[in-house]
Amino acid sequence: MARALARQGAARRTGPGPLLVSGLALAIVVVAAISVGSVRVLPGAVLGALLDGVRGHHSGTVDTIVWQLRLPRVLLASLVGASLALAGATFQGVFRNPLADPYLLGAASGAGFGASVVLVFAGAVPWLAHVGVGWAAFACALATVAVVALLARQGRGLPAVSLILAGVVLGSSLSAATSFLMLAARDRAAGILSWLLGSFAFASWDRVAAMLPLLVPAVLVLLLAGRALDVMQLGDESAAQLGVPVEAVKLILLATATLATAAAVSVAGVIGFVGLVVPHAVRLAFGPRHVRLIPLSAVWGAIFLVLADLCARTVLAPAEIPVGIVTALVGGPFFLLLLRRQRSGS
Amino acid sequence: MSLEIRALRAGYGEQDVLRSCDLRLEPGEVVGVVGPNGAGKSTLVRVLTRRLPVRGGSVSVDGRPLDRFGRLELARKMAVVPQLPELPAGYTVRELVSMGRTPHLGLLRPERDEDRRAVEAALRTTDTLRLADRPATRLSGGERQRVVLARALAQSPRYLLLDEPTNHLDLRYQVEVLAFTRREVQRGMAALVVLHDLNLAASACDRLVVLQEGRNVAEGPPARVLTAPLVSRVYGTDVEVHALGTRPLIVPRFDRA
Repeated sequence: MARALARQGAARRTGPGPLLVSGLALAIVVVAAISVGSVRVLPGAVLGALLDGVRGHHSGTVDTIVWQLRLPRVLLASLVGASLALAGATFQGVFRNPLADPYLLGAASGAGFGASVVLVFAGAVPWLAHVGVGWAAFACALATVAVVALLARQGRGLPAVSLILAGVVLGSSLSAATSFLMLAARDRAAGILSWLLGSFAFASWDRVAAMLPLLVPAVLVLLLAGRALDVMQLGDESAAQLGVPVEAVKLILLATATLATAAAVSVAGVIGFVGLVVPHAVRLAFGPRHVRLIPLSAVWGAIFLVLADLCARTVLAPAEIPVGIVTALVGGPFFLLLLRRQRSGS
Repeated sequence: MSLEIRALRAGYGEQDVLRSCDLRLEPGEVVGVVGPNGAGKSTLVRVLTRRLPVRGGSVSVDGRPLDRFGRLELARKMAVVPQLPELPAGYTVRELVSMGRTPHLGLLRPERDEDRRAVEAALRTTDTLRLADRPATRLSGGERQRVVLARALAQSPRYLLLDEPTNHLDLRYQVEVLAFTRREVQRGMAALVVLHDLNLAASACDRLVVLQEGRNVAEGPPARVLTAPLVSRVYGTDVEVHALGTRPLIVPRFDRA
């Protein structure tokens, strides 16, 4: 019995099972999310419409609903969820701190500030309107994290404490600036706020296409980083003695994860808690090895955000709640629960 | 084939801690480095792990200067058991020991049969095989040190560097760590052990190097090196040395302290 349990435990940590099961769960959630909405499409019909589209002949309203409205939205939610969770898992691994995520280094407040500037001044400054909210958010998120890294740099190293301090301080300043913009341009405040809380209401194939070229390389890099992250959990010195170029790996991973986050934020706004909660839950369920944690976080991040978006658009239908509110309302208590379980478990 | 240190100078900031250190380590021997606090023992370890640059003199591994090795290449030659090893939460003993194969695999290549065999052998040597599927954070201090030693052995290094590996361990585990090391050395490895406890060093090492203010003051078999006048002078406190078979036994003299 004990041996069987041990074997089961070992399989949980090494076999291909978890990834298959998780992938299947994602497929089911995606079909379910496409089927639910103001017009109900039965799962069978969803599959039929998807097949029709793949074969290239669209016919009827169901195909239009599935292909033009629901699928891009569900896809975008899964891409954004996967990016945020992947980036969170990476940051937590690099900093060896379960509370780290790209938002902590100012990615969220930078993006929020960039978006607000465009929303407020686009009318007066034509080239800002041309840049658009998404690109402004993307650029400002990257710029903020880059400035934070420059401020925190000491010699060739990037000490975690100064990074996080610089991130929190610069982030607070940018949030203050965003609040000021909201007060100064009250007619735009609602727009800024809804952007800050995140939404997939404006999902489109264009946004999916905008996200993919950034996300695919980022995912590939992060998926390959599993062993480096695992060895780095031994501490910088031991990792270096095992031949890992620690500082270079850190820099590459932080840059890649930040890029993925900036891409996610630029198409969907600032959606909180995904990067924090999902890797935690995955770690509890499947163990701490990054070789496994990284891909599973991506899959469960997608599942979590597709479900959150489903809530966001159905709970008060026909009105929509910003999805960031759902993730915070669900994610917060869930995170506390995980913390308690972790404490009683170890 | 040897690790050779000649007239090594190294230190921090303006100050040289090691002024002129010589040391030669060959397969099949356990060499102990002893000396009072500040003598340069930790500095020596930092130079060998390339956290501190060589300021003067030379360090070569199998005839090649230390700074000419690639990271992975050096990690295949030399493994380190650090003074305060960290064992991350949640990982099992086997997962941690497997990380010792990183220098042979790089960051991307999947584990091969020979890697699994090396891990298995390291677990067996350190008597941690029965703990293999347990989370390492649940182990006692002595067991954890054995896991760290197993990780170093899984690296299949030629040179093993142990930086005060017996700190915070009770007698049984102190002896165990050094006994496992000796056993590996008999199979052709070489070990350099930094130790505080002179009696432990005298009984576990084939040769001792005594450092004082960054220089070698004595080198040779324990019985020849650890004489009462030398130990008293180097440590600045009176000791008696008794012969126990071929090994010296150092006893501090409290009446004259």
